Amino acid sequence: MSDEALAIGVRTQRPRRTLLDSERLLAIGGLTPAVIYIVALVGFPFVLAVVMAFSDVTVGDPSLDLVGLETLRQVLADPVFWRALRNTLVFTLISNALVVILATALALILTKDFKGKWLVRLLVLLPWTTPVSLATISWLWTLDSIFSPIDWVLRQLGMLEGNMIWLGQPKLALASVIAVHTWRIVPLAAVIVMAGMLAIPTEIRDASDIDGAGFWRRTFEIEIPLMAPIIGVAVLFGVILSVTDMTVVHVLTRGGPTNYTQVLASWAFYKGIEGGDLAQGAGTALFLLPVLVAVAALILRFARRREVL
Amino acid sequence: MSVVEVRNLTKVFGDMAAVDDVDLASREGEFLVLLGPSGCGKTTLLRMIAGLEEPTSGEIFIGGEKMNGLPPRIRKVAMVFQSYALYPHMTVARNIAFPLRAEGVDKAEQDKRVRWAAELLGIDRYLERRPRQLSGGERQRVALARALVREPNVFLLDEPLSNLDAKLRAAARDDLLEFQRRVGITTIYVTHDQVEAMGMGDRIAVMSDGRIRQFGTPEEIYSDPADTFVATFIGSPPMNLLRSEHRVVGFRPENFRPITEFAERDMPSTFRFHVNRSEYLGSDRFLYGTVEGYDENTKVIARVPVNASIPEGATHEFGVAAADLCYFDPRTGKRLRGDE
Amino acid sequence: MAATTLDVQRRRAELRRIWGRVGLYVMAITAALLAAFPFLWSIITMFKQDRDLYNKENNPFWFALPPTLEHIRYLFENTEFMTFVRNTLVVGLAVVLITLLISLPAAYSLARLAGRWGERMGIAIFLVYLIPPTLLFLPMSRVVASLGLLETLWSLILVYPTITIPISVWLLMGFFKGIPRDIEEQAMVDGYTRAGAVVRTVLPLVFPGIVAVIVFAFTLSAHEFIYALSFISSTANKPISVGVPTALVRGDVFFWQSLQASAVFVALPIAIVFNLFLDRFIAGFTMGAVKG
Repeated sequence: MSDEALAIGVRTQRPRRTLLDSERLLAIGGLTPAVIYIVALVGFPFVLAVVMAFSDVTVGDPSLDLVGLETLRQVLADPVFWRALRNTLVFTLISNALVVILATALALILTKDFKGKWLVRLLVLLPWTTPVSLATISWLWTLDSIFSPIDWVLRQLGMLEGNMIWLGQPKLALASVIAVHTWRIVPLAAVIVMAGMLAIPTEIRDASDIDGAGFWRRTFEIEIPLMAPIIGVAVLFGVILSVTDMTVVHVLTRGGPTNYTQVLASWAFYKGIEGGDLAQGAGTALFLLPVLVAVAALILRFARRREVL
Repeated sequence: MSVVEVRNLTKVFGDMAAVDDVDLASREGEFLVLLGPSGCGKTTLLRMIAGLEEPTSGEIFIGGEKMNGLPPRIRKVAMVFQSYALYPHMTVARNIAFPLRAEGVDKAEQDKRVRWAAELLGIDRYLERRPRQLSGGERQRVALARALVREPNVFLLDEPLSNLDAKLRAAARDDLLEFQRRVGITTIYVTHDQVEAMGMGDRIAVMSDGRIRQFGTPEEIYSDPADTFVATFIGSPPMNLLRSEHRVVGFRPENFRPITEFAERDMPSTFRFHVNRSEYLGSDRFLYGTVEGYDENTKVIARVPVNASIPEGATHEFGVAAADLCYFDPRTGKRLRGDE
Repeated sequence: MAATTLDVQRRRAELRRIWGRVGLYVMAITAALLAAFPFLWSIITMFKQDRDLYNKENNPFWFALPPTLEHIRYLFENTEFMTFVRNTLVVGLAVVLITLLISLPAAYSLARLAGRWGERMGIAIFLVYLIPPTLLFLPMSRVVASLGLLETLWSLILVYPTITIPISVWLLMGFFKGIPRDIEEQAMVDGYTRAGAVVRTVLPLVFPGIVAVIVFAFTLSAHEFIYALSFISSTANKPISVGVPTALVRGDVFFWQSLQASAVFVALPIAIVFNLFLDRFIAGFTMGAVKG
């Protein structure tokens, strides 16, 4: 072929670079909707929330007058705030510790084959798939101070006279909230952990069988260490869900008895909506952020250090 | 007494027999190869010997004792997997020590044996490294050390060289064989690579569709194949097969030469060979073509010396010595012994 | 023949296998019961007559008086339950759609094209996820009000993606990273534009991730409580999560049987659907979270 013919051939065959080809433009184009959405509907309200925390806005006085640190000082001066902060940390810590153990055990069970597995999976998923409010309402009856079936069973067994008042007694109320949180999060965590378990190559399990490891050694020395990063992810989700939750507390105890079970999220809600003090509500909720960021950073670093595969 | 023996071994998955009534017995210290294409059942057979799968029927003996129903650790077998299956989160030392810990060996003895195994395989300076910091060949040696440290009766190897790139494979093969010779432990080695099998095995079991087609030394398998499958699976390029109504005739490319090269006592059979293409490979020359009197789609290959001048596009008189001819039953593919 | 040590071992191994199976079944049944007992028991409760239920001596797990359908009838006829269900479905599907439309391109861009930036932006997006609705709902109410969307489903459809998008992008990002570039580049060589190549080749491969996102996004929006509580007070527009509690709880009076019925009717279908897609969901999570 002559050079001329070659040149013509190449020119007619080269595709035109359209907008849909340019890498740069496509990247920016792909990201733009997401960025706009988040800046507009998260970024902007977030800034607004911060401003509100430094103002004295209430339902009665909706103008945003800045008052410096006064609102925050009021928030911190309220003893309920400190109880709420403590509860937030305690609830999250205990329920997620329980979640890790139970979700791992559950994942171990669900990755095996057995008859009726589909049904068991269905039942085990129910706590997660029910809307929080409805699930908690079911628990409200289960823990009722007169009609609780748990109390009924305990009475039949002769272990109880009268009632436990699960939601009225301060310590029991705390335990109840923790229990409901754990119960709700375990299915999601178990599914995440299952994903991690299935990612372990079967040859490694075979190798440990050949090496003579029994069930316990294999699970604790091989499988769990290899799953550590994804267990971290599950815990992260669990922490976010339990720290930011106000529904369980709101439905179960309304923060009672006498604010004993308040958490930051619910306290912010009551201050802001029922109390009408939007500034204090925002201020209280603002303290959720350092807690979340701190815990998230811890978990991510833990997960990254164990990154092995 | 053979170290490993299986009798009437069958494994059925669903309605398919992965391993179909297999009998096999190894000799002490030998390097036994299970060779076959993927899906032939060789890995399933290996796994049953290891105790990772239970057979549907049949018996497995190791050291003369029946092993059915017993878990791997009691069988005293060690296995090296295709991916080596090193524990990624443990150091090399802990990897090698793991089976000893599972056995309950005390710490001092553990350290001693780990050191011994590591030195034997030349990896003692890697003891504190993690598997991901090692090369493929080094990982293989760690896997071998982990297998060795238990002083097993049998080594089971599942295609351990297929993850190495071609250049390293030859050196790794050499290391492996030398290692096996030195420790003298009976080894069963699974591969789909017939060159590897021929080069390494003391005896080779050629498998397909769950059955053993032939079990013998490399020489037996090569020049005395039991059926057409073995004949075409072994050898590169494979044995030429010419079909006619009553029988199939087979001969290897290197035995197919110009009739002029044969003496009378070889009693050569003559073929008119039409050469289509000639391939120069430096040390050999291959001629591709067809043979008159047989199906014109059957490709026939001849291997001739490099400087032989045999022009393409022409028909030549070629021959095969009587001793180098094989006859097979056209329906079953099985070898017909004696004369037609 | 005397029993050899190997025979003893064999028996022991067999016993261990059997006990292992028994243990497995026991654990599985225990787990199922612990997780589901409020529902299993709700299924009984929702058929109980008032006089049966409000008697603390009666066995709560069975009927002392014959079962009745009156509470279920109440749920469907005297409350806006079906309206709530419809609202939740409408919002859920719309949110899923918006989430996919926005997250897929964003995740692809971050995974493929933004290079070093991608890692940082990914973390930034995750940090956004950490900003909780309990902080944002107060100012968000003002934003929604000023847009004139208070008391409408649109307020929820607009706001819920802020919860679903960050997590979906993070999930899908890991997924896209797991797919080699060769595939789209091959399609580009074959003549498609880059966008066309992606749609035709990569998208089908990301399907498990998409399933994971759909399930997750729908669940998150059906569960959401605080925004719904803040933005909507008119019954006709409430989704299930706030509608049911407010309709069936008047002051201190709880219509327990109807409440339990509503929980059962909502939870079971979602659980069944989730269970059907569980394997795909896990595959999506494996790719997204483990590799990402």
